[in-house]
Amino acid sequence: MSTVTTETRTPAAEPVLEASGVVMRFGGLTAVNDVDLTVRQGEIVGLIGPNGAGKTTFFNCLTGLYVPTEGTVKYKGTVLPPKPHLVTQAGIARTFQNIRLFANMTALENVLVGRHTRTKEGLFSAILRGPGYRRAEAESRERARELLEFCGLGAKADHLARNLPYGEQRKLEIARALASDPGLLLLDEPTAGMNPQETRAAEELVFAIRDLGVAVLVIEHDMKFIFNLCDRTAVLVQGKKIVEGDRETVQNDERVVTAYLGAPLEGTTAAQEDGQ
Amino acid sequence: MTESTTHETTPVLPLPAHLALGAAVGGGVLAAASAAMSWTWTPDFPGDLTYYGSPAGLQWLALVGGALTALLALAARGLKGLRWLSPSGSGNGVLFAALGTFAVCWYAVVAIAVELDGLVNLDPGGWLAAVGSLLAVLGALGLPLDRRRTVRHPELHWGLYAALAVSAVLRLGLGQGWALHAVPPGIRPLFTENLWFFVALPVAIALFRLWRLLDGWLRIGRIERPLPAARALPGWAEILVVTAVFAVGLGVVEFGVSTEYGELFVGFLLLTAFATAALLASGAVGRLRELTARHRAVTTGAAFAAAGAFPFTQSSETYVLIGTNILIFATVALGLNVVVGLAGLLDLGYVAFLGVGAYAAALVSGSRFSVFRDLHLPFPVAVLIGAAAALVFGVVIGAPTLRLRGDYLAIVTLGFGEIFRIAMNNLDGTSGPSLTNGPNGIAAIPDVNLFGFDFGEAHDFGLLHLGKNGNYLLLMLVATAVVVTVFARVANSRIGRAWVAIREDETAAEAMGINGFRVKLIAFALGATLAGLAGAVQAHVSGAVSPDQYLFSSPTPPNSAFLLAAVILGGMGTISGPLVGAALLFLIPAKLEFLQSYQLLAFGVALILLMRFRPEGLIAGRRQQLEFHDVQLPAQAAPADDVPTKAGA
Ligand SMILES: Nc1ncnc2c1ncn2[C@@H]1O[C@H](COP(=O)(O)OP(=O)(O)O)[C@@H](O)[C@H]1O
Ligand SMILES: [Mg+2]
Repeated sequence: MSTVTTETRTPAAEPVLEASGVVMRFGGLTAVNDVDLTVRQGEIVGLIGPNGAGKTTFFNCLTGLYVPTEGTVKYKGTVLPPKPHLVTQAGIARTFQNIRLFANMTALENVLVGRHTRTKEGLFSAILRGPGYRRAEAESRERARELLEFCGLGAKADHLARNLPYGEQRKLEIARALASDPGLLLLDEPTAGMNPQETRAAEELVFAIRDLGVAVLVIEHDMKFIFNLCDRTAVLVQGKKIVEGDRETVQNDERVVTAYLGAPLEGTTAAQEDGQ
Repeated sequence: MTESTTHETTPVLPLPAHLALGAAVGGGVLAAASAAMSWTWTPDFPGDLTYYGSPAGLQWLALVGGALTALLALAARGLKGLRWLSPSGSGNGVLFAALGTFAVCWYAVVAIAVELDGLVNLDPGGWLAAVGSLLAVLGALGLPLDRRRTVRHPELHWGLYAALAVSAVLRLGLGQGWALHAVPPGIRPLFTENLWFFVALPVAIALFRLWRLLDGWLRIGRIERPLPAARALPGWAEILVVTAVFAVGLGVVEFGVSTEYGELFVGFLLLTAFATAALLASGAVGRLRELTARHRAVTTGAAFAAAGAFPFTQSSETYVLIGTNILIFATVALGLNVVVGLAGLLDLGYVAFLGVGAYAAALVSGSRFSVFRDLHLPFPVAVLIGAAAALVFGVVIGAPTLRLRGDYLAIVTLGFGEIFRIAMNNLDGTSGPSLTNGPNGIAAIPDVNLFGFDFGEAHDFGLLHLGKNGNYLLLMLVATAVVVTVFARVANSRIGRAWVAIREDETAAEAMGINGFRVKLIAFALGATLAGLAGAVQAHVSGAVSPDQYLFSSPTPPNSAFLLAAVILGGMGTISGPLVGAALLFLIPAKLEFLQSYQLLAFGVALILLMRFRPEGLIAGRRQQLEFHDVQLPAQAAPADDVPTKAGA
């Protein structure tokens, strides 16, 4: 039951996310079992684990899509209300494992929807179209275009989301999430289905996001990706966090190795080969 | 020649090129020319087609169709001065125009032969129309056409054959009586009285089969051709073109509204449908769209000017009244489009909000049947009260229901629609408190008087004459303009995008920070308010309100079912879609009286065909067009294991 925790960052950095004792039960199934996790300012934290370990469920608990059976989730010191839109408003944005873009809206419109919480224009200002409204709308568009550019989708602004290639859809999800000016970004398997070049580009993108001052919590199966990227990695197995720490701590932990079917971590060797 | 893996540009009939062109042009000219001849010798056929030199009724349609075919054929060939008519140069436009002419001419000829009993009733003009239009179609089939390479579904499903066999056996058996023993006595009349069904089914299957065969032979498809850059016109000339197009549009609508007999209206519908398809294929519509996109304000202005000019062009008050009723129906449909088209909320009781607005306005109108008969508020105040009352009901209905996901809203609104009607029936002072005068409704709503302009009286402005119905048409047009403005502005705003996002994926929308309940309630309440506003105007236009005007379904619009159909038929999420849909759904039942008892059946068949061939509606926004016809689907390969629903929360 003991979990090894190694802090790599200076402990002085402010915690952005503090999840403590999060439990999520579905009837008899405990998908997430008493998980604690802290993400600090400026960190990239990884979350790995076999399929069905409860990673996505944990994300859903953090973002208010599920109300955790037990436990609390704090963002910058305040307990989050269990409503997705309030969580986003507070400053946590996310992407989805199975892409959930607004398929029949353009890329630009998708990002504009992401700006929803940071803009106020309501029905009446939309009908009256006063100067304030026009300014706000122009600013939103400006910001959305910047974000598309930032994610490498500058040329795709007017394409329907559904017509973008798979890799670009993932990027668009990230651009849309960034549009809400989050302090913490949750990425659920951002490289699933990507080829090696695209994965490399995604890595760069995550670093660039961190440099914007956004903390990142990322679920991933690609070990190379995780270990290149993350300051810290937590391992979830059958709903429980068994290890948390830096690369060595995780790689050398027996329980992690057994959890991955008794075999050495898939991809680790590859990571060592060309990573070093 | 445009070549691709999926499409080719080839003729259907292997004719020499100049022969095909000659036949298409010549056939079109012959059909057009036949309009100047007598088609039948007796004036018994509606419209009196017996004169030489002066076209009447259906002959006008043949004239227009034939001329369009000939011109398109020449334009597609690249004749100087006509290129604007066929910028894409596709032969399909010619074929559609020829088919439209053919449909009109042959419909007329067959109708003459059937109604007057025999081909002997045809005059040379009728024969010429038939031959000319057939020649045009054959010629068009010899032109290079855009065609699919593949034949879709060449086989008829065996299930349909089985249905055919079963229905044939049943028809026989029921006719001769022996199959009746297999039917429980209680429901026997159901079978014996509906024998036609067992004939109609095989006929439908045969038609379907025929269509498949024809489609497999023609393989007509659509190749998206980039239009060549238009010759630069000065700004004023472009505006002039837009205005002229709307003037022509006004003429077309006017012709449709003032058709005096069913045959003419059928012909009108046939030709308009084919001509529209022809101009779409020829690229003329695309060119026009470029123009209207450049001159938004002018386009909107021209559209409203054309609608406003309508009453001045009419000599008969009845047709003006039809125009007014179409506007009422269309305005309400557009309001519903906010709820259904943008936010994706299924509202099955929308007409009740129209009723709330109408009743609220009628109560304060000073009618002597109103319980507040001494209260006569000015018209604008009455309209505001109507809108406000509908808003209140919208919030009361929406607030508890919209918190839930799923189809609850559809059920609750359906119930509300019924409750409203029944409540209005019962608030008569005997079954309940006295408010609405029960089934008699509130009649004798005084005419509107704005700034001394009495809407109840005819007015003359120099040469222009405006009758009572004309006044109200213009008043209604103002209400339409309000709704159009609100729709256009809101659709493309923060809140409008939030609606579309909710419609697309509610979970993702909430995760992006949208308060789903709040945003949906705003959409629902806005929809209700717009309906209330239209209702308040409607009460004054029709001068009376009664419960039976606000039904879920009835043979005459506006009712909730027709409103929804107008939105879906016209095109969800667009502005012009519901307007066109409403106009069609109003005119078709009004003009085609012979449909009467089969109206709902025809309506159902039409909707099914529409869903099959044009699921995005008659007028598709850019988004819907891509939504339904784009085949480039990106891979959706990721395992779908994180689909949270509210059930899990
Ligand atoms: N809404 C739900 N209802 C019932 N069981 C669920 C629900 N969501 C997830 N689960 C279960 O929780 C477990 C963890 O799933 P998930 O979090 O998706 O795993 P992963 O780590 O692969 O993302 C799985 O066994 C899954 O079936
Ligand atoms: Mg997952």
